[in-house]
Amino acid sequence: MGAFAHYLTSHFSTLRLEFWGLLVGGVANGLIYGMVAVGYTLVYGVLRLINFAHSEIVMTGGFTSYFVLRGVIGTSIPNGWATVWILVVGMVAGGVSGAVMAMLVERVAYRPLRRRRAPQLAYLISAIGASYFLFNLAGKEFGRVLLSVPQPYINHPIFSIFGAPVQLYYMVIVIASAAMLILADQFVGRTRLGRGLRAVAQDSETASLLGVDVNRTIALTFALGGALGGIGGFLLGLGTGVVYTMGFVPALKAFTAAVLGGIGNLRGAMIGGVLLGVVESLSIAFVQPAYIDVVAFGILVLVLLVRPTGILGERLGRAA
Amino acid sequence: MSRITTALRTPMSRRLITSLATMAVVALMTGPSGSATQPTVGPSGSFGEHVSIFGLFPGPRWLLFFIFALVMWGIWSFWLRRGTTIRTAASTLTTPPKRAFAHRPVRWGFYVVLIFLGVIFPHLVTSQYWQSVMVEQIAVFVLLALGLNVVVGFAGLLDLGFVAFYAIGAYATAWVTGSLPTPAPFGIHLNPFFAIPVAIALVMIAGVLLGTPTLRLRGDYLAIVTLGFGEIITIFANNLYGITGGSYGSGGVTGKHGIPHFSINLGPIHYRWTLNPVPYYYLILVFVVIFIVAFSLLEHSRVGRAWTAIREDEVAAESVGINPLKYKVMAFAIGAASAGFAGVVTAAQTIFIFPATFTLQVSINILALVIFGGMGSIAGVAVGAMVIQTGSMYLLHTPPAGYQPADLYMYLGALLMVTMIFRPMGLIPSRRRRREIVLTESGEGHMNEVLSGENP
Repeated sequence: MGAFAHYLTSHFSTLRLEFWGLLVGGVANGLIYGMVAVGYTLVYGVLRLINFAHSEIVMTGGFTSYFVLRGVIGTSIPNGWATVWILVVGMVAGGVSGAVMAMLVERVAYRPLRRRRAPQLAYLISAIGASYFLFNLAGKEFGRVLLSVPQPYINHPIFSIFGAPVQLYYMVIVIASAAMLILADQFVGRTRLGRGLRAVAQDSETASLLGVDVNRTIALTFALGGALGGIGGFLLGLGTGVVYTMGFVPALKAFTAAVLGGIGNLRGAMIGGVLLGVVESLSIAFVQPAYIDVVAFGILVLVLLVRPTGILGERLGRAA
Repeated sequence: MSRITTALRTPMSRRLITSLATMAVVALMTGPSGSATQPTVGPSGSFGEHVSIFGLFPGPRWLLFFIFALVMWGIWSFWLRRGTTIRTAASTLTTPPKRAFAHRPVRWGFYVVLIFLGVIFPHLVTSQYWQSVMVEQIAVFVLLALGLNVVVGFAGLLDLGFVAFYAIGAYATAWVTGSLPTPAPFGIHLNPFFAIPVAIALVMIAGVLLGTPTLRLRGDYLAIVTLGFGEIITIFANNLYGITGGSYGSGGVTGKHGIPHFSINLGPIHYRWTLNPVPYYYLILVFVVIFIVAFSLLEHSRVGRAWTAIREDEVAAESVGINPLKYKVMAFAIGAASAGFAGVVTAAQTIFIFPATFTLQVSINILALVIFGGMGSIAGVAVGAMVIQTGSMYLLHTPPAGYQPADLYMYLGALLMVTMIFRPMGLIPSRRRRREIVLTESGEGHMNEVLSGENP
């Protein structure tokens, strides 16, 4: 009893000391999870399928932006407007390559099955195959070692919240992901294409009768989710470097975030992402770093068992 | 501009583009590996490296693969006729499922020949490498694939954490034989033979514990949760240094002593297995036969029919009085049993076990065996496991230029995808499963509503 009480008090004091720092890191990570989770949630909304290959879209975004940044950034670390410019270029590279890869995956691994009306198990297996194929191919071509991404800035604390320094990297994540999430939300909610997407999610047959090209809309869904996933990959790579397996764990956590927020629900994905990021980050005070992933899985299992529809509720047929 | 896009949309040019893209991917897959310092060496080398084309004249690889693409396009466009799928579907629907070797004496004769071949097989293999591979990588994986087949093939549940049961079986063996840093239960060190029932009981309990809460979930959620379970088991095995020895393996930091080999001490009979793989081969062979007989009896029993019913339409199955959760949990526990046994054998044979043996990649490997062989088909799964494992071990033993051991999973991933796209029923289809796939794809069955957008 005494030992346990001691464990709690000591760890809670760690938590009290580190709280704001952990919170900042958690929110930043969580926003990346949220961005990746949008990909899961959109595809789920339209196809009722979990896109197992989404982790490799994150990886693709990471690698492409790595190559682009390596080309753009010279020997000296840029500053000022050059930094902003390079960050935008990196985001575009990650986003475009992610979107292209997502559409390719849809085309190769899903569309032939959809045409045949294959059972659901077939989609899952095909997507797992695609995922394994892609990341191991990347490992073969680019080496199986962590490559550090050339930095477009000197990562220094720019201000502090309650004594916890907020680094430039976190600010970049917050600004980029908030902008992207708002854009995606507005796109799905307000544009003509977004309306088509929602129509297909609700009832694909009726939508196609009313003139929505279902195949194209599905491709668009993958592209949109893929773009956000690719940008997520760029931001992840900026912080931790790129490696062929970089997509796996973040994508699994993003999936957890999507379920946590209510799968099929775009805003839920963002909330779930931030929540998961924060919980995971704060749990650093209690468990050894090796068990952080166990915490995320534990949350996933718990959510699925206790409230499988997530916080905001599943929005089947009302993607976004 | 519009003329170009229209030209690109004709079937002929579409096939050409697909052929070119396919061959480009194959060129990448089979090409030399890139490096971390110059990551672009891999892709450019894959296309640009000079090779001898058919031993005739030297040339760059891209030329070779360009020719391949043209050949593929030619075969596809001028040789293969369209419409075969529809004809196959129609014939599968109209003809009743036939059984291979319908005549009973012929069938039994076939089984006897198979067992005879199995018995004399190790004496045909003289190479030391292949003898040990035969046990460690082929026979053990046949067992694992048979187990996963119960879960994926019979009950239609995608389990991506199957390796966890394998790991639990192996670590349980190490535990009851007193070879882990943590003391054995009651301080009794058992012979691995007695570890078999303990390990199988433990994995079945683990199956029930994992299955009861999670098997209520939909198929795709189940896949992710089992994947998480597999990862958690590996994380624990890797980090609980005091109990599992952590990343040092079952010996712990001190590497105290290995897991003992199997031994028999029955009255006058004393026999002890050694590092020699052949006796292990026979031990596994006996258990493979036992598991095959048990699983095929199960497949055609009441339980097996219940699994089929749940797989084909869970709601309908429930409405005729089948409790889906109960039967799904049963599938989990029964499938886990053979993985548990495989774990015991691996532990006893390899003496020390390491968490690195039980990674997610192994789960995917086992899944590839089941899918390639044919979901739900015991013969298919066994043959598929032998074919793929032999192939991958051959690649490991005599790697072609540019092949690295880690590339195996790239090929397995591609195999999973290609099997699902072109032959979802696998190498040797189960009769029932083939019919099911054809029926679903021709518009019968419940999955259509799910995929066409109505709520399931």
